[in-house]
This record gives sequence, C-alpha cells and structure tokens, in this order.
Amino acid sequence: MKTATIQLETLTCPSCVQKIENAIKSLAGVEKESIKVLFNSSKAKFNFDDEKLSVEDVEKAITDLGYEVKRSQVKSK
Amino acid sequence: MQRAILSKKNYIMFVSAILIAIGFTSALAFKNEAVAVWALAIASVLGAAPIAIQAYQALKVKVVSIDVLVIIAVAGAFIIRNFEESAIVTFLFLFGAYLEQRTLNKTRSAIKELTEMAPESALKQMENGEFEEVDVDEVDVGDIILVKTGMKIPVDGTVLSGEGSINEASITGESLPVSKEKGSQVFAGTILDNGTIQIAADRVGEDTTFGKIIELVEEAQDSKSEAERFIDRFSKYYTPAVLVLGILVGIISRNFELAIIILVLGCPGALVIGVPVSNVAGIGNGARHGVLLKGSEVIGDFSRLDTMVFDKTGTLTAGNPSVAEQEYYGDNIPEALGYLASIENESDHPLAKAILEKIGETTLSTVENTEVVKGGGITATVNGHRIAVGNVAMMEREEVVLSEQAKADIARMERNGNSLVLTSVDRRLKILMGIRDQIRPGVKEELRRLRRLGVKNFVMLSGDNQGTVDAVSQELGLTEAHGNMLPEDKAAYIKKLIEEEGQIVAFVGDGVNDSPSLALAQIGIAMGSGTDVAIETSDVVLMNSNFSRLPHALGLAKATARNMKQNIAIAIGVVLFLLSAVFFSEWMNMSIGMLVHESSILVVILNGMRLLRYKLR
Repeated sequence: MKTATIQLETLTCPSCVQKIENAIKSLAGVEKESIKVLFNSSKAKFNFDDEKLSVEDVEKAITDLGYEVKRSQVKSK
Repeated sequence: MQRAILSKKNYIMFVSAILIAIGFTSALAFKNEAVAVWALAIASVLGAAPIAIQAYQALKVKVVSIDVLVIIAVAGAFIIRNFEESAIVTFLFLFGAYLEQRTLNKTRSAIKELTEMAPESALKQMENGEFEEVDVDEVDVGDIILVKTGMKIPVDGTVLSGEGSINEASITGESLPVSKEKGSQVFAGTILDNGTIQIAADRVGEDTTFGKIIELVEEAQDSKSEAERFIDRFSKYYTPAVLVLGILVGIISRNFELAIIILVLGCPGALVIGVPVSNVAGIGNGARHGVLLKGSEVIGDFSRLDTMVFDKTGTLTAGNPSVAEQEYYGDNIPEALGYLASIENESDHPLAKAILEKIGETTLSTVENTEVVKGGGITATVNGHRIAVGNVAMMEREEVVLSEQAKADIARMERNGNSLVLTSVDRRLKILMGIRDQIRPGVKEELRRLRRLGVKNFVMLSGDNQGTVDAVSQELGLTEAHGNMLPEDKAAYIKKLIEEEGQIVAFVGDGVNDSPSLALAQIGIAMGSGTDVAIETSDVVLMNSNFSRLPHALGLAKATARNMKQNIAIAIGVVLFLLSAVFFSEWMNMSIGMLVHESSILVVILNGMRLLRYKLR
C-alpha cells in the first residue's frame, strides 16, 4: 500500500470535488475509504495498491475529467 | 479537443457576450430579427459547449452535477427556440464560474501566503566538501547546510558554526530577530537576517515544525464538521432530486418551459460552497495572526464557549515573584536599603532575588554575625548597626515597635496576597516590602475582552498554595480558583464541568504537563512556542505562547461560526425564494433565475472574504 497526494489546479466549482472523488473511486486498486478530495487546498489524497495501478493511472483519470494535475507525491505506508 | 474548449472558457465567454450584445441591439434598435436570432443561437451553442463537456464528464463518473441541470435546461430552451434565454443563461453560468474562481482565490490567499513561505532550496555540503544548491527534498537528516544572510533556513537543525540573527516570524509570529550561535536550534521557514551559519539537519520536510504547521493548517481548512458532512450528503442527492422534480413538473403540468426553469433555479451552488469558504477565510485570518484553529468543528465548539480554565498561576502571572509594594519609615532610607541588599546578597532565599532586583544599584557593606532564625528571618551586623530582616514575627522577636501606620500597611499588603519582608535598623522599622508573583501586563484587559465576547466563567486550577491562587483570582476577578491541584485533580474537575454541568470548556495550558486536561476539554488551547506536543494535542494553538492572541482567537471563531450560518441562510433562502417565485409570480424566467443563483454564490464568497479582514475591536 502506498499513499499518494495529488496537487490539482485550483478547484472552484462546487461539484468538482464529487466528480474527482467518483473518478478515483472507480479505479481498481484504490482504497475507497481513504479517498479525500480537499476543496480549499485543491488536493486529492488516497491509498492505493501499487501492484494494481500506478499513480499515473489516477492522474490520467483526473486529466480525462478536464482537471489539470500540478504534481503528485507517493509515499510508502 | 475537449481540453482545448475547456481551456478557452474565458475566451468563449467573452465572444458570447459580444454576440449577445449584437443580438439585442439588432433586435431592439434595428428591428432585425434574423440577425438577432442567429447571433443568439451561435452564442448559445458556443457557451453551451464547455458546459456540455463538463456535464458529460460528470455523468461518466455518475455524478449529476450542476452542469447537467444547466445543459438540459439550455438544450430545452434551444429546442423551443427561446434563444434569448439559452444564450443569456450559458453566458451567466460561465461568467459566474469565472468570478467565483477569482474571488475564491482571494479567500484562500492568507493560507497560500503561509505555504509559500516554505523553503525550496538549500546549500548542502557535498562529499567533496563544497556547498551546492539542491532542492530542499534532497536534504536528509544529518546533512550539513550553509545558510547565508537573507536566505531561508531550509530544515530544523542545530547551529554548528557561525552566528547570526534570525527572524522567526513564520514560526512564532514575533518579528523581533533572535540571535543564534553554535548549539542554538534553528527552524525551517525562518529567515537569517544577518550573519552566516552552518547547521546540521535534525528534521527535514514535513517533520519540521514549519512543515507540521502547514500540514495542520491545510488539513484544518478542509476539515468538516458534522453539519458540513450533512450538507455534502444532502447535495449529493439534491441535484438528482431537482432533475426528477423538473421531469415530474413537466409531465404533470405539460408545461415544458416551467420544467426547464426549475432545473436552473434548483442549482445548489451557494449551499455547497458557502461553509468551506467561511472556513478557509477564518482559518487563514488566524494563521496570519499567530492563531491556529484546527478546523470547523473546533470553530463551532469554541464559538459557544462557556468556561475558560487556566492550567496554572504562571499562565496569568509573570511567573517570578517581584516586589509589588513597598513603604519606608523615618529617614536614612538609602543606607537601610544598602544594608538590606548586603544581607540579601549573601542569601539564596527565593525572595532575595526579588528584593535585590527592586533595590538595584547600591553600596554593599560587609555583613557580620549573621544569624538565621528559622521561620522568621535573619539578623546581622552591618557597619556596626544591628539589622533584622524577616516577617512580622521576626520583628516582634526583635522587639521592634510597629506604628499604627505600619500596622495598617502590613494589613493591606497581606490582604493583597503579598509575602512580607520587614527590615529594621537598630530595632526601628525602616522598610516594608510586599512581594508577590505579579499579574502579567495586559492580562486584565484581555480577560475583560474575553468576558465581553461571552465567556461566562474563568477558572484557575493551580498547583500553587491556595493563598497565592486566591490573591491572583481576586485581583483578576476570576469566577473560581483552586490551589494545590495535581494534574489528575484538574482533569477530574474539567470532567465534572462538562459532564455534570453541561458546559463547553476550554483549557488553556502549555500542553506538556496537562495533556489529559487538554484532551478532555472540548477545546484544548496550547500556549506552545512552536513545540510539537502542543501543536499536536490541542485544538487551538497560540503561537509563541502569546496570551494576547486569545481574545482574537475567540472573536475570530465566533465571527467565523456566524459567517457560516449566514452563508447557509443565504443559500437556502435564495433557493426557496426562487422556487416560490416561479410558482407564484409572472416575472420569473430562466435568465433571472440564473442571475440570482450566480449572484448568491458570489455573495457567500464575498461574505466569507470579510473574515480575512476580521479584527477584534
């Protein structure tokens, strides 16, 4: 298990938190309960299984939604 | 393609505004309907494009977002050939989003300022002994770092060599430079005002005090209270519910226009955004003023505070005894003070220091025949005079006659909670001093402000003896004061206040000895000078142990809680108003609905922004 923090573009719309949360949730290998999308600091935090997917997969899911990914950080738990 | 359209959103908004202007002038001024229809239709399609993409993306991840409601409404208006409505609604929606982005950035600015103070690079000593600039992430514990004048300290560390003065405002909120030399601790995020130092890295990155503060503030601004989680859950079902309502109204009333109006009016924007905006602005204001509020739950509890409990006498007093009152009798006082100083100079009694401090510069003489009287004082011979220093019993023993005036002074000083030191020269009373631990300057005024903010009770629980505690309590007008208390007594007392009396209690402490009480009280307030323990165990942190920040902290919490309630009221009020207007009035249409809805979002953001400027009057 690893923990990732993804810094997103500044989030401003009320429903984008929910969209990003659902997008990450739909990926296999992400621990669903751990997903936290922070509106004010515009960050997504979650735990994931690095054997099933990489942080790039998650980044792609977010960019596909139309949100820019600024940088991401992965730490082992 | 999708991304290209989204990134040109502002440009699209601008073009669509021009087209709308053309459409209306040609229709109204030139009566040219054909041009008007075309201009407005193109504006609708252009403006709808980014909204449609957002709606599609939302549906893809199974979210019925505001975009979905709006795009259905716009499409509906387009189908019934109401191009005016569709053009204006899309434009207003885009323009609203643009303004929201601008204003939201403002409300978040205070916290951004803080995170931007984080150091980015460091001069690290490499294997060849040279210093090279590296990214701060590449510094490990144990590395040796060079810091020159004007640079930021990149890590928490110990000074190995060199000296300099450091501005620690980012950690303590105090801008007075602190001088550092070999062996001193330095903190990441502080700035070397002058000098050059080499430091060994003790803690790096997120483990540094500064890193912890940032993490805490970042988490705090997004932490949610029970009420907010409810709103979140509510809004998840609210938007689909509006969609269903629109469809139902359409089917039942057979009024297509009414159905799409409902979709626009039901948008929940202000409700979702209102509380986080107040939260981030309030916490941001605190961070600027040396007050860390850990999230909106804390703000909620803190704003309803009944009782404030202080952990020890030292929180309210200066912490070291000093001469508070003195009286002199007869003449030759300077000589008498000299004799007193000479005797106290040889003593290690705790009060001696206070007395010497008070007398200051004087002539010291040789002290002979010193005799210590247990529980009384000292007698000695100085310059051939017999001197006695001690309490009232000591004077009686020495057969010193006390005048009526002296007796009155003694009674008064005792009442004020002083320990008395009397000095007689050749069996005549010369000096009377009252010594006590004095109230810190400003504390009285701050307690008054706290009381004005609605704190009902002030309680002091102290390990000191009851006499000292009573004296402080009386001077400050505390509600209750208990002495001789051990940490477990304090915890039990707080438990009683909370469980039996149902009060909301804040415990003000240094966060080290009294962690059970800090944890028990609904609000633990740590007067930590940047210590980890204090930062982690408490709910509110006053940087640099600054008591004077306490009224600001409470005032801010109250203002923030009030602000959140206002925003919720505005959001719900607007939706209710719009929905009732659509059923009971003639003038309501989609454009007005969108205008009111977007304005309500801006109003809650602007209302939240007021908190950034909050100052306690």
